[in-house]
Amino acid sequence: MTVALKAVYTIWLRDVIRFYREKTRIVGMLGQPLLYLLIIGTGLSYSFRMPWAQGELSYLEFMYPGIIGMSVLFTSVFSAVSIVWDREFGFLREVLVAPVPRWSVAIGKALGGSTIAMLQASILILVAPFIGVKLGPAMVLKLLGMLFLIAFSLTSLGITVASRMETMEGFQMIMNFLVMPLFFLSGAMFPLRSVPPWMETLMRADPLTYGVDALRHIMYAGTPARELAVQFPLATDLAVVSGMSLIFITAGTLAFNKTE
Amino acid sequence: MNIIETVRLHKRYKDLTAVEDVTLEVREREIFGFLGPNGAGKSTTIRMLATLTRPTSGTARIDGHDIVRQPNRVRQSIGLVFQETTLDERLTAAENLLFHGMLYNVERRALSRRMAEVLELVDLTDRREARVKTYSGGMKRRLEIARGLIHYPRVLFLDEPTVGLDPQTRNRIWTFIHELRIRENLTIFMTTHYMDEAEHCDRIAIIDHGRIVALDTPANLKKMVGRDLITLRTPFRKEVMLFVEDKFGLPVQETGEYLQIEVSGAESFIPVLAGELGGRLHSISLHKPTLDDVFLKLTGRGIREETADAWSVYRTHMRWRR
Repeated sequence: MTVALKAVYTIWLRDVIRFYREKTRIVGMLGQPLLYLLIIGTGLSYSFRMPWAQGELSYLEFMYPGIIGMSVLFTSVFSAVSIVWDREFGFLREVLVAPVPRWSVAIGKALGGSTIAMLQASILILVAPFIGVKLGPAMVLKLLGMLFLIAFSLTSLGITVASRMETMEGFQMIMNFLVMPLFFLSGAMFPLRSVPPWMETLMRADPLTYGVDALRHIMYAGTPARELAVQFPLATDLAVVSGMSLIFITAGTLAFNKTE
Repeated sequence: MNIIETVRLHKRYKDLTAVEDVTLEVREREIFGFLGPNGAGKSTTIRMLATLTRPTSGTARIDGHDIVRQPNRVRQSIGLVFQETTLDERLTAAENLLFHGMLYNVERRALSRRMAEVLELVDLTDRREARVKTYSGGMKRRLEIARGLIHYPRVLFLDEPTVGLDPQTRNRIWTFIHELRIRENLTIFMTTHYMDEAEHCDRIAIIDHGRIVALDTPANLKKMVGRDLITLRTPFRKEVMLFVEDKFGLPVQETGEYLQIEVSGAESFIPVLAGELGGRLHSISLHKPTLDDVFLKLTGRGIREETADAWSVYRTHMRWRR
């Protein structure tokens, strides 16, 4: 067991060191959400009235937790998909011949991806004052915990998908048919209440919807904006995201066990 | 003592038998060579011994551990160096070694001592903190060998350890391999398709179409194909021919302006011959049988008569795209 835990730690540590080394990756992954926030957020807030918000919630405030969710989504899936490269050309091959159980590799990878996603999201949290969102220390801790949970479930989902991928050619497919729909349907940019029923069904099936919803719960706790911004009870959000984490990490581990 | 023993190892894929009936023993501290063209079953055999592929039937024991029933024990007691690099190029040499040590559960304090030791062994101590992507091909290979040694394996598997390296670097790697055996008490199991390299091995198994067609020391294998061939150039062909046949009882063949004598132990025969014939000879040349000759005789074709297989072309291509 200690061997397996040590392996989990090793794989996690390697991901974190690599992230820290790649400054350009950090900049790129931060730049994207900031661009979304700045350009789409500002642009839409002028034409998107949100009559239901009754002036209590600006569009930027509504979208901000969604953009943090987006950043977590992108980072998690990207770091999971990197295992395709690793398997083909390097480190993962080394890991797969080591005397460690396969599941420790999947879990180490999921934790590594989640940590990185959480670190990036926490930088985005620093923008809060500029959006007009006030956050206390307790709130920030709650947010980080929630972000970790979201990141863990999404990285695990990414691992499940990536373990079936043979080459990076499939990457574009993942972007178009997994990552972007997950983002658009998550309620990050528009709420569930204003869409047609078929779309609402899809949005309800998107795990990220509950993640973003939970972020809104925490961020706007105790303000009148909260009731307007959220769609589900916090307990539902937590249950769904935790359930997803469990399901996806199990699926990811099983998929990983199967490779060769 | 035998450190590797395989018993009728078979590997069948859907419509292809990759390895058939491979039974062999490797002694402790031996450098054992696995020689054959691409697709002969070399890599499949190594993969089975390293527990990466399950044999269809048969089994093997490495250092007393069964490859099918005790894969983790086997993994702990072997080091593996693949054909393609598996180093993490964005990490430093030290980090690559550290992570390996952690995965193989080497105790932390022992690990840093061991890291210094293996880096010293492959002469990379001064490049310890450099990122691997700044390394040359030869340095990477040396680092990989060093990494394979971190957890004190009993057997080191090297899959084509010098492929793609220049001759100078290849020689250097070989120096390291010989040193390793002495300093680390290590058994080395390697594949190659370079005949000159196979000469470094204590024993060689020649594999073709998944079967072992010969297994012996390089010297004994070469004895199979015939004796040494001495070629003489002399203006006094008739005279020399009669003399040699008379004095040494050896048949001499005349081919054009040359005379050829087949003899074993030509090195010691040449001075005797030269002493007897003195100024009558213009030149003497010697051809000793090579492993190429052995391979040709056993399989009916030269070992280098194949091109790179599609898979390695594809990999190289993908690597470039990274």
